[in-house]
Amino acid sequence: MAATTTGVYHTTYRADLALRHTKTEYVRLALALAVVVGLPFVASPYWLTVLNQIGIAIVGAIGLNILVGYTGQISLGQGGFLAVGAYTAGMVATKTGASPLLGILAAVLVTAAVGTFFGLPALRLKGLYLAIATLASQQIIIWVVTHWEFVTGGVDALVLEPVTIFGWTITGDREWYWVIAAFAGLATVVGTNLFRTGVGRAFVAIRDQDIAAEVIGVNPARYKLLAFAVSSGFVGLAGALTAYWTQILTWERFTLDVSILYLAMIIVGGLGSISGAVYGAAFIIALPAYLQQLSLRFQGDSFFVRNLPALQLLIFGATIVLFLVFEPKGMARIWQRMKDYFRLWPFRY
Amino acid sequence: MATFVQLTVTGLSNGAILALAALGFVLIYKSSSVINFAQGQFLLIGAYVVWALTVEAKLHWAVAVLGAVLVAIALGIVVERLILRPLVGQPIISVIMVTIGLSQVLGALVLIIWGTTPRAFPEFIPSSSVDLLGAQVGASRLWALGLVAVALVAFALFFTRSRHGIAMRAVADDQQAALAMGISVRRVFALAWALAGVSAVVGGVLLANLVGVSGEISGFGLLVFPVVILGGLDSVLGAVVGGALIGLLTAYTGGYVGGGLETVIPYVALVLILLVKPYGLFGQVRIERV
Repeated sequence: MAATTTGVYHTTYRADLALRHTKTEYVRLALALAVVVGLPFVASPYWLTVLNQIGIAIVGAIGLNILVGYTGQISLGQGGFLAVGAYTAGMVATKTGASPLLGILAAVLVTAAVGTFFGLPALRLKGLYLAIATLASQQIIIWVVTHWEFVTGGVDALVLEPVTIFGWTITGDREWYWVIAAFAGLATVVGTNLFRTGVGRAFVAIRDQDIAAEVIGVNPARYKLLAFAVSSGFVGLAGALTAYWTQILTWERFTLDVSILYLAMIIVGGLGSISGAVYGAAFIIALPAYLQQLSLRFQGDSFFVRNLPALQLLIFGATIVLFLVFEPKGMARIWQRMKDYFRLWPFRY
Repeated sequence: MATFVQLTVTGLSNGAILALAALGFVLIYKSSSVINFAQGQFLLIGAYVVWALTVEAKLHWAVAVLGAVLVAIALGIVVERLILRPLVGQPIISVIMVTIGLSQVLGALVLIIWGTTPRAFPEFIPSSSVDLLGAQVGASRLWALGLVAVALVAFALFFTRSRHGIAMRAVADDQQAALAMGISVRRVFALAWALAGVSAVVGGVLLANLVGVSGEISGFGLLVFPVVILGGLDSVLGAVVGGALIGLLTAYTGGYVGGGLETVIPYVALVLILLVKPYGLFGQVRIERV
């Protein structure tokens, strides 16, 4: 009997809407949680820093995937939106000294507003044209950050005090790990649940066929702007976390390269998949970090050590190209195929 | 007056080089609807290959340029065949990202081969200054203007007179009709990438002559976007007019307003154009109401 079960069938809407359909999926969730809790105890200080970067990248990548993967609106402005979030939090912290929670809230709201504003071209433009419009917003935001000294401090670094919440001063990467992991978990849960609601489904409808979406009563203008707002909200959170965690902000952290980095995460992970955003963020951040660790093993002036930044860039670019050519649906699809292979074994399909 | 003349020449010569880069961009978009984010790296590679052939291999500059043109043609064809052909029919984000990935790979290869040190470009275009209407302007800028004009006329003749040029226009107009007339669409795609490579070599050499050979050149590639949006993504004439307008706009803003505003003004213009006239001055308007 069990050998011939080839799918999961639902007899109620409730079962169909459930996030986890089988017992195995609960086991997997428990394993994933165990890994998240256990990692900081086994990771070296170097990898702990990388893990924190991954956590922040997960929040940002989920945000970008909501916009690009689920709603189909291509954005090259991710770096700029991260800058808005980071500098909002930075200014709340340095100029008012308000609680970091307030800073995070402000960052989310301000970035959502800025994102909506730069999403306005999406009402008239699609595809390529929208990509170029968001590219322009990226350049404009970075120009504002570097030239409006009275707001952001210009090209000088903005330095923040260590964060204190409810009397707890968060110091060191290990304590930050729990904070960042909590926010990354929150983003994952919110992201996953968003697509069980009407709003989330409206996003998907616009991506799949915008004309058909309008015919069935989805207002494209409203939901496109809403997608920009929701996505930018996540990105603002990621920016605020960057600000509080690193305590030092410079504009070089938010260039067009960062936008490309985040797009690479969701391409490699899987467009239109929350778990894909998580895999992609982990992979794209860990890859150059691993290469750097690897270079420490090469002694002296070897080719690998001398050209490390170039090699990191080369492998990064090649990863994007190879994934797009060979597995355009990303790591989420590879995982799916692996599961199918074992479930159907010994049959091919 | 002198400032005005100087700024105009600067703007027009920068604009001319931009137009050349934009031309390569438009060629690819027109024939295959692919937007090439690696155009800046094509410029960079063109400049570096010419530099390496003249300075390191000590060849005559004409031979070097010819060599670089051959390299660019080969590169264009390889990219089209290996990377873009498998993506035919894929969503637009995949096509955009694959050329972005390509730009990272090409940028990294340039770094590995030639490093980060900026190099002085060999002077085969005179760099003395000339007196023009009371203003001192660099002769290299006038040369750039002249050479781009020659290149653009050559491209125009190619499109109107040669069989291959007419075939490219046919494919751009309607792929199925072109196929029915016995035109090989694949060959046209390859040709478009090869020509984009050639225009990038000429543009890269002229640019390197003005600013030296360094990574800065690929940053110039981003300015192609305001140009093509202003002119219209699928218009060759638009690339030329857009290049001149964006070049002049940048130069005048830099000269008369200053304060670093000139680096962002092309993008502000870009957003405004997109909001008012999304298909640019000469682009083909596609009406679709949602």
